[in-house]
Amino acid sequence: MEAFYEWFRILYEDTGINLPFMYDEYDRGRILNGLWATIKLSAICVLFSVIIGMVGAWLQGSPWKTTRRIVNVYIQLFRNTPPLVQLYFFYFAVGILIPRVENDWGGTSPLIDSFGWAVISLSFFAGAFNVEIFRSGIEAVPKSTIEAAKALGFSRLQIYKDITLPLALRVVIPSLNNNLVNLVKTTTLAYAIAVPELLYESNQIWSDNVNVTEMMLFLLVAYFVLVGILVWAMNFWDRSLKIPGFGQ
Amino acid sequence: MKHHPYKTDLPVMLPFKPVETESFGSTIKLWYVVPILALILGTSAIAQSGSDIRLGALQTLMRWMPLLLQGFIFNVLISVMAMAIGTGLGAALGIGQLSLNRFVRSSSWLLTQFFRNAPWLVLLFFAMFLLPFEVNVFGIIIPLPDWVKATIGLALPVMANVSEIIRGAVLSLPSGQWEAAESLAYSRRQTLWLIILPQCLKRMLPPWMNLYAILTMATVLASIVGVSEVMTLTGEALAAEGGRPDLLAPFYAFVLLIFFVYCYPIARLTVRLERKFSVIN
Repeated sequence: MEAFYEWFRILYEDTGINLPFMYDEYDRGRILNGLWATIKLSAICVLFSVIIGMVGAWLQGSPWKTTRRIVNVYIQLFRNTPPLVQLYFFYFAVGILIPRVENDWGGTSPLIDSFGWAVISLSFFAGAFNVEIFRSGIEAVPKSTIEAAKALGFSRLQIYKDITLPLALRVVIPSLNNNLVNLVKTTTLAYAIAVPELLYESNQIWSDNVNVTEMMLFLLVAYFVLVGILVWAMNFWDRSLKIPGFGQ
Repeated sequence: MKHHPYKTDLPVMLPFKPVETESFGSTIKLWYVVPILALILGTSAIAQSGSDIRLGALQTLMRWMPLLLQGFIFNVLISVMAMAIGTGLGAALGIGQLSLNRFVRSSSWLLTQFFRNAPWLVLLFFAMFLLPFEVNVFGIIIPLPDWVKATIGLALPVMANVSEIIRGAVLSLPSGQWEAAESLAYSRRQTLWLIILPQCLKRMLPPWMNLYAILTMATVLASIVGVSEVMTLTGEALAAEGGRPDLLAPFYAFVLLIFFVYCYPIARLTVRLERKFSVIN
């Protein structure tokens, strides 16, 4: 392994292609931390945004007008304002209202750190799109199916959970896929509130080593791979949900 | 979804429309801004009650409002320019993706995928750091200030998305159009310019407008790389007021409000056009 790492030092000395995160242990630690933070941020946001989408789509089918209105306002507000400003708003404006707690070193730190705010803000942002995606899937479920379920004595929640959502889920996966890919790309915004994710750590490295070109290309490849993994996982999920004779 | 040969009154699933049209009314409901306005007024009122000699939060916001609006006009300018550059390059790339030449087709496809799958912020950094601060064209030195570089950086993902929009629109046309044109002895170029692309324009308009709204919201990213647009100015205004914590919520909410008022009508218009142009096959 050491020889493999050393090869990149030789590469740098011979060609000038400087990839310090390969041969320098400290930089390697930084980039691995960044990669881990990005993966963690993406995974948590994907999970929460899908949950928000499912719950929001259920609330949108609510018999109460006020509930539907609130969900609509939420969707429109989060879809039509810049995610970066939303992030700043949560982190700076809402963040100061959150009580501070004592941390391990005897000082005080906010109850929700920048990572937490990035999760909250990005999940709500992507969730607004997911609500619409799930809604479009639910609209494709025929009324007669729901009426049949009602006739069998299913409650509204049961109909949604056991009948509408499983059917809708199978048609919305391509749209959901698009939105989740966008979400993974949007996690770079967390850079702005100093979450130590991939872009942030890369920035640290290129500030120290003045190797902007190499780090940029590495970043583009890294996000390409991350998005690829997500798309692969979604396709796997899509296939595993497949019911013979349903859909394509 | 495949069409089944038999007809039934009780389908398991209705045809799925992936296009996100909204079911609630198609009129612009600007009362949606009420929550933001309430937020601005409410938070400033809370701040007001506890304030001393200093100006209230709302008055302070009023004082800075002209500057912030000027900053927003700069955002709009960046977005319009990036859209123009991106559309021009994207159109070329999109037509390149339809080329019969394999090399042109695959290289356009690769470029499109590359810029479409990269995060906007990374592309922005890409342009900021890798473009020179001035270019020398035949002895004339053209300086490239930060905001021009940011515009180019934002134009790159727009280019890739426009390219995909064009490809998608051309592919969505029934192949009968191509065959009919061929039987009428149109050359490939004539078919593309006189028959296919004019029909595509209508289909491309809604996603193109949607892209513009996304781009406008992305212009705030330029603040991260130091262009003095609305977000930067907000930060500076807050700093100039001595970092008063009671000002944070009204100021950031105000920025949200400006963008909402600008982008929401575009979104509504997109939905309306989508519905108007939707073809029932």
